[in-house]
Amino acid sequence: MIEHNASSNQDEPLLSVRELVAGYKGPVVGPLTFSVLPGEVLGVGGRNGSGKSTVLRAITGAARTFSGSIQRCAGLTVTHHQQRPELPPELPLLGRELLRVMHADRTDAPEIIQPLLDRPINQMSGGQFQLLQAWACLGGDAELVLLDEPTNNLDGRAIDALTAFIQTERPPRAVMLVSHEREFLAENCTRMIELGDENGSAEVHQDEMRRVSGGAGG
Amino acid sequence: MSDFILFDPMFRTQYFIGLLLAVSLSLVGAFLKLREEWLAALGLSHIAAAGGLAAGPLGIPVLASAFVFAGLAALIKGLLPRTDNSHYALMIFVGWGAALLLAANTHQGEVIGQALLRGQLYFTHTPHLVAAIILLAILLSALSWLSPKLLTERFFPDYFSANRLPAWRHRLLFGLLVVGAVVLGTLAMGAMAAFAMFVVPPWVAFVLVKGWRKALVLTVIIAAVAYTVAFVLAMLLDQPFGPTLAICLAATVSLRFLANRAAREQGAPAEGPLGGRQQLDQ
Repeated sequence: MIEHNASSNQDEPLLSVRELVAGYKGPVVGPLTFSVLPGEVLGVGGRNGSGKSTVLRAITGAARTFSGSIQRCAGLTVTHHQQRPELPPELPLLGRELLRVMHADRTDAPEIIQPLLDRPINQMSGGQFQLLQAWACLGGDAELVLLDEPTNNLDGRAIDALTAFIQTERPPRAVMLVSHEREFLAENCTRMIELGDENGSAEVHQDEMRRVSGGAGG
Repeated sequence: MSDFILFDPMFRTQYFIGLLLAVSLSLVGAFLKLREEWLAALGLSHIAAAGGLAAGPLGIPVLASAFVFAGLAALIKGLLPRTDNSHYALMIFVGWGAALLLAANTHQGEVIGQALLRGQLYFTHTPHLVAAIILLAILLSALSWLSPKLLTERFFPDYFSANRLPAWRHRLLFGLLVVGAVVLGTLAMGAMAAFAMFVVPPWVAFVLVKGWRKALVLTVIIAAVAYTVAFVLAMLLDQPFGPTLAICLAATVSLRFLANRAAREQGAPAEGPLGGRQQLDQ
């Protein structure tokens, strides 16, 4: 069930999830209860198959909500960077044309994105396309950006750039970040949800995250 | 001689009908390729052919019958949660089987069936011209609204549901444009030639230029040139139009080979000769 708040401000959550049980043909994850505040980077960790991606897909409506509720602030704008975005084999779309689609064709695009602006996506590597898609989500005007395993295919320089993307312009933008890389989560997230084997959730604060992951900087 | 053929009042209307359809079909084909639904055009064209053959028994005009049949098939496709090449192959089998059975069992069925297979451009008249003008006018006027939505859906599939935006409007409009293009193309050019017009121009254009807009423009140019050459050759050599068009479109694929060869010589990344992409790892 999706609900909408009548109004929103900086103190109200962008998203309030209560007792959410979500999945596809059957439940995959939940019950989960959490909220996303303006300006925060909320990490979602957990083992493979624990339902991290399903949580994001439930928020976008691509997965089925079996019970519980997802309450959104009115007019919330959302973008979703999917895990392993498919690189279409023969489309001559330029990088800047892809960014324009998501209203992210800004003049101040990061340096690492600049060489991709006039390159057709069918001449990009998987990592370059992944980074371009991440910037298409983060460089636009969405208030909530959902990133699903955004470090896949990326080398160290690109991961550093992605970290910079995530850290810029928030608040007001909030990010939900799914990753199996605990160091990346620790470096970027202000708060964490850990999905357990029983699909329950336990919230872990950032300081604790750093201790668990060996004190990654950020 | 070719000037004479193209501007002969006897064939002028037919030439312009085909030219308008070449522009519409190739443009729609570019978006079908974007959505990786290009095989759907062949499925729908066979269903439209079956619809055209069913017009006699149903007692309705061929154009209307073909539109209803193809429209129903497109509606079923749209209602399915997910469609892929298997579903489009099923449409081809059903359409092909139904068309041949109707051809074998209806009055004048064999004649109409042959016409739908080979195309009957020379027998099209003012109603076809009006329909082709309407189709192209709607397509061109909607393009600046439709194109960003189809691109968004291709790269960010759940963008519309995530933002509670209605996706049914652009999906319905695109579906209607596909059905209209398939029906008019099948009746005028024949099922296989219409399919070639959907598939080949964007397939060639997409490796020749960089940029979506340029690719759309080149798609239309390739379609219009191949169509015009086919029209002249079919008249000059007294050949059926549909197969001549299919061969002329196939000949344009040589441009892909030339482009890929040039790219290889320059050490640039290239497509495989028949479409396989060689991904850069930089």
